[in-house]
Amino acid sequence: MEEDVLIKVEGVSKKFCRDLKTSLRYGMADVRDEVLGRPRTMELRPKEFWAVHGIDFELRRGECLGLVGHNGAGKTTMLKMLNGLIKPDAGRIEIHGQVGALIALGAGFNPILTARENIYINASVLGLSKKRVDERIDEIIAFAEIEDFIDMPVQHFSSGMTVRLGFAVAAILIEPDILFLDEVLAVGDINFTIKCLNRVRELMRTSAVVFVSHNMPLITSFCTRVMVMDHGRSVLDTEEIGVAVNHYFGLAKNTIQISGSGHASVRDLLLAADGVALEIDTPTLQQGQELTATLRVRIEEGQTAEVNVVIADATLTGLINIPVMDERGDYIELGPGEHDLQIPLGMVELNAGLYSFIVAIRNATSNVTLCRHQGLQPFRVHADQVFWTKFVRTSVSKVLGPKPTNEQ
Amino acid sequence: MSEQVRGTVAPKEPMPITVYTPASALRDPGLMFRSMIADLRASRELAWSLARRDIKAQYRQSLLGYLWAFIMPLSTTAAWVYLNASGIVKVTTTGMAYPVYVLTGTMLWQMFTEALQTPLGQLGASKNLLAKLSFPREALILSGFIKWSFNAGVKLLIIIPALFLLGDAPNAQILLVPIILLAILLIGTSIGLFIAPIGLLYTDIGRMIPVVLQFAMYITPVVFAMPSEGFAATLFRINFMTPVIVTGRAWLVGTEGAMLPELAVVCGGALVLLLLGWVLFRSTMSVLIERMSA
Repeated sequence: MEEDVLIKVEGVSKKFCRDLKTSLRYGMADVRDEVLGRPRTMELRPKEFWAVHGIDFELRRGECLGLVGHNGAGKTTMLKMLNGLIKPDAGRIEIHGQVGALIALGAGFNPILTARENIYINASVLGLSKKRVDERIDEIIAFAEIEDFIDMPVQHFSSGMTVRLGFAVAAILIEPDILFLDEVLAVGDINFTIKCLNRVRELMRTSAVVFVSHNMPLITSFCTRVMVMDHGRSVLDTEEIGVAVNHYFGLAKNTIQISGSGHASVRDLLLAADGVALEIDTPTLQQGQELTATLRVRIEEGQTAEVNVVIADATLTGLINIPVMDERGDYIELGPGEHDLQIPLGMVELNAGLYSFIVAIRNATSNVTLCRHQGLQPFRVHADQVFWTKFVRTSVSKVLGPKPTNEQ
Repeated sequence: MSEQVRGTVAPKEPMPITVYTPASALRDPGLMFRSMIADLRASRELAWSLARRDIKAQYRQSLLGYLWAFIMPLSTTAAWVYLNASGIVKVTTTGMAYPVYVLTGTMLWQMFTEALQTPLGQLGASKNLLAKLSFPREALILSGFIKWSFNAGVKLLIIIPALFLLGDAPNAQILLVPIILLAILLIGTSIGLFIAPIGLLYTDIGRMIPVVLQFAMYITPVVFAMPSEGFAATLFRINFMTPVIVTGRAWLVGTEGAMLPELAVVCGGALVLLLLGWVLFRSTMSVLIERMSA
């Protein structure tokens, strides 16, 4: 059992510096210490901070650890230390076996040379012999779908073709015990993406994988374990992927942004799920619950206003518009003063994740935007499964007609 | 699409174990030495591959191609021959036709400056690779050697016929020239390896090198003859490149005057420096990568 631990990370920390000039100076000091054989200290010098702090984990063959966290959380730095590119300032990393990385695809490509020449160069950068490439070059070309262009200079390739070629070289040739993946799976068109994902799944069966991504559906579908990082620290390390994903979304900083002419404003937005009022501070609700909003708006003198409520995802992309209308399907026109509006938002069929509201109030005749509040009342949707899509509908399906033949 | 499933791979041989800690690699010289040798062996194929890539790309995008290796020393020679002939600069007796003197001198000197700038150039051009992928870093230095040797070979192929044309036909000593090339590569690289780590951090170094080399050329018998007395003579004498250029020229042209003992001392020193430079290069690479802008 113990022998199957391929990655062992104990108390690993790494300092970074905020300021370039100072960073270079510290670099010189580190070079000096390195040459003199002095150990690194745990003290932060001025302008330094912990990019990674006190990370511990062990990973076995067959496991896939997802490293998630917002930009600057330390995921990529952690990966660089695992890959031996930079040294930890404290702690210890033990790596058993061959390391393969799907990072920096197409590294070492020279645009002037042909695709065929570049395949060999790229492979040798990845530490793979010419012989190995000779054996599998047809497979690489087929995987990248560039049969017709194999003797064309790479500079005439489209960016998609270059990425496909880079992925194909690495993914076909490596047979790692340990695999590092950093945001490389979202390349090319959907056909190619699926091919990549299938290939990665194949590689995963025989290796221990560390997977860095912001793509929660990918994390959910690939990882057996997730570590959520925030400001260099591990804030959660669990095999319950849904919990980790939820925690990740909870780390998002929500900022309300207000624009418009200022002749109207949103005073309050309260949520209730299945008739029960939710707390104000980023409530969590279950997929499938009925959601109702109570919206208090203020309209200034001389204005007649219409209201639109939008549910937006974590990237502030609007997903559903709920125009505030009466039973006849006309906008409710609001005169000056404060109004409380009760707005049924329907059943929550949103994919698990973090959402917020956009409320837009405009003048009913001129369409001038009186106010637009973005990032209002963020909430989380919890579900046992996370899917690729924005929405999930739970339904009960039946098998109709003749029974499958193999049951005869 | 025939994507065969490889199934469970039984561990073939004992798996390599790598440990990363904050401790300096110099703490364990035995381990460091073993991994230096291992990395050097492991980097041979990559070095060839990178060198081939760069050489191919360099000539595929150029009309004059290999001629460029020769144009620089030729134009320098022309300039100095003009300066000398017009009397603007009077070079004291050199023991051979002045054009031959300048041509051989600038050629050897250019090889030296290229060798010196190669480590930094190689690392700078590969910043992106260094920052993202783990591969034996020695490959970059080795591929620099290969490219340098290729360029030096091209220069020789052109200079030897030129010497015949200029009337100073080489003799059997020409067979010794590879030794001087090796010495130049050794000396240039050993200095270059020391400069490279700092040069990667501060661009000032890269800018300073040509300035210093320009000055150094004038205190080396490249275009000027060795002064026989005065402060300049002392400068020429303590200059470690003097025996290299003088000996190289003597062997190319087939004259007396090789400074063998001095050359041996310089090469010995360079060899020690090279080993130290290699250790410096290895132990500082990870420090540099984290500070590098790539």
